[in-house]
Amino acid sequence: MELLTPAIGLLFWMALVFGILVFFLKKFAWLPILSSLKEREDSIESALRMAEETRAEMAKLKSDNDKILAEARAERDKMIRDAKGITDKMIADAKDKAVLEGNKIIADAREAIQQEKVAMVSQMKKDMASFSIEIAEKVIRRELLDKTSQEALVSSLISEAKLN
Amino acid sequence: MLRKITTKLLLVTSLSLFSINFLLAQEGHEAQHENHEASAHEEEKFDIGKMIMHHISDSHEWEFAHGLTLPLPVILYTKQYGIEVFSSKRFAEGKGVYNGYINNHEHIHRLNPQGGIDEEVHVWDLSITKNVASMLLSAVILIVLMSTVAKSFAKNRGKAPKGIQSFIEPIIFFIRDEVVIPNVGPKYEKYLPYLLTLFFFILINNLLGLIPGGANLTGNITITLFLAVLTFFITHINANKHYWLHLVKPEGVPTLMLPLMWVVEIAGVFMKPMSLTIRLFANITAGHIIILSLLGLIFIFQSFAVGGVVTLFTLFMNAIELLVAFLQAFIFTLLSSMYIGSAIEEHHEADHGH
Repeated sequence: MELLTPAIGLLFWMALVFGILVFFLKKFAWLPILSSLKEREDSIESALRMAEETRAEMAKLKSDNDKILAEARAERDKMIRDAKGITDKMIADAKDKAVLEGNKIIADAREAIQQEKVAMVSQMKKDMASFSIEIAEKVIRRELLDKTSQEALVSSLISEAKLN
Repeated sequence: MLRKITTKLLLVTSLSLFSINFLLAQEGHEAQHENHEASAHEEEKFDIGKMIMHHISDSHEWEFAHGLTLPLPVILYTKQYGIEVFSSKRFAEGKGVYNGYINNHEHIHRLNPQGGIDEEVHVWDLSITKNVASMLLSAVILIVLMSTVAKSFAKNRGKAPKGIQSFIEPIIFFIRDEVVIPNVGPKYEKYLPYLLTLFFFILINNLLGLIPGGANLTGNITITLFLAVLTFFITHINANKHYWLHLVKPEGVPTLMLPLMWVVEIAGVFMKPMSLTIRLFANITAGHIIILSLLGLIFIFQSFAVGGVVTLFTLFMNAIELLVAFLQAFIFTLLSSMYIGSAIEEHHEADHGH
């Protein structure tokens, strides 16, 4: 049972050496090593996180760009559509106005024609009257040249007119 | 990285191979020596049990091979005679006796004037034995290695690891991320230095033990007991009230069963350090005994054929021992983490980890 008996001397040295070893290694090895391990891990982790963030930001930027582009496109389409509408309206308006104007002109023209016509008719009436009078004058004058026929006429007229 | 590990593995394997040759030479020398002695004195047979015990036990001198011995300081304290410091060479010169002390199978006693062992005097043996010397060596290796790595970390701040740092760093990462954090929980930082020291101390001493002439430090029950008791104390000093409550009154146990549960729980508390102690001690010692027994076969059979087969077997065993060296360091650290973790666990889930 020699092997299973702890030796006091060895125990003493073990306690001393192991104690010193734990103290020394803790102070000069483990703590510096572990702190730099941690530091490196943290830096790697933060670098990875930053890369991830950058990627997310890039994606966000890209989606923003897409959004802006889509918006711009929509704006452009709307503008084109609006412009087209305005043009159409302008054309329609112009057409309407032209029709209106034309109608007005036609109406004016019609009125003018009517006035002219009236004027012409009255003129014609006037002219015809004066012609008739002239003719009549000329006829009368001719008739009056013949005294006998005049007297015959007068006598006929008197005979026709039954005096009461 | 892989290539580096392969190179290291090859290096260690070749070292193990060297260890076999070394041991062969050593045993051969011993056997020759014994043969020589046998012819001079009465028949002395090769005692394999004695040889193995000699190799796995602690001793006051560091014997690399027969004739190649490093004398170590013997430090003794007795109430009656005070402190005595002398070289272990004195015992060798005096056939185990020097200055009133006798080295009886690595146990030092005071001699009484009649030449017998003086039972009155208790000798406190604080010698730098083979195991203590090996432990000091491992401590120096660890301190030099780890401060180099720490310096390398400071130099390569924020950069990729370089050199020895890239060999040690994954191990530290592994212990922290796979062993300590999952088992100890969020408050792991307080225990990490102890657990890292524990792992590397056991690992380096397991590996030093595999080197020819190396001491069987982690296969010594004093060392494993000390480490297990240290874990036991750290566990119970930091244990929270859930842990103690669980010991005194486990949930869902009928009142009548409680006394039985107390016995079981208290047995469990002391079983944990016991199992830690015996697992490491038995694994490492058993590995050494197997290798030494295989080599001992050569001197029992004294045949070239057996020698060849045994060499192959020993090579195989050495490879397994390398695996065990890492595995046992890992298991000791893992179980220590689990014990600490179970004692400081905040929410009390159904954990009957014993």
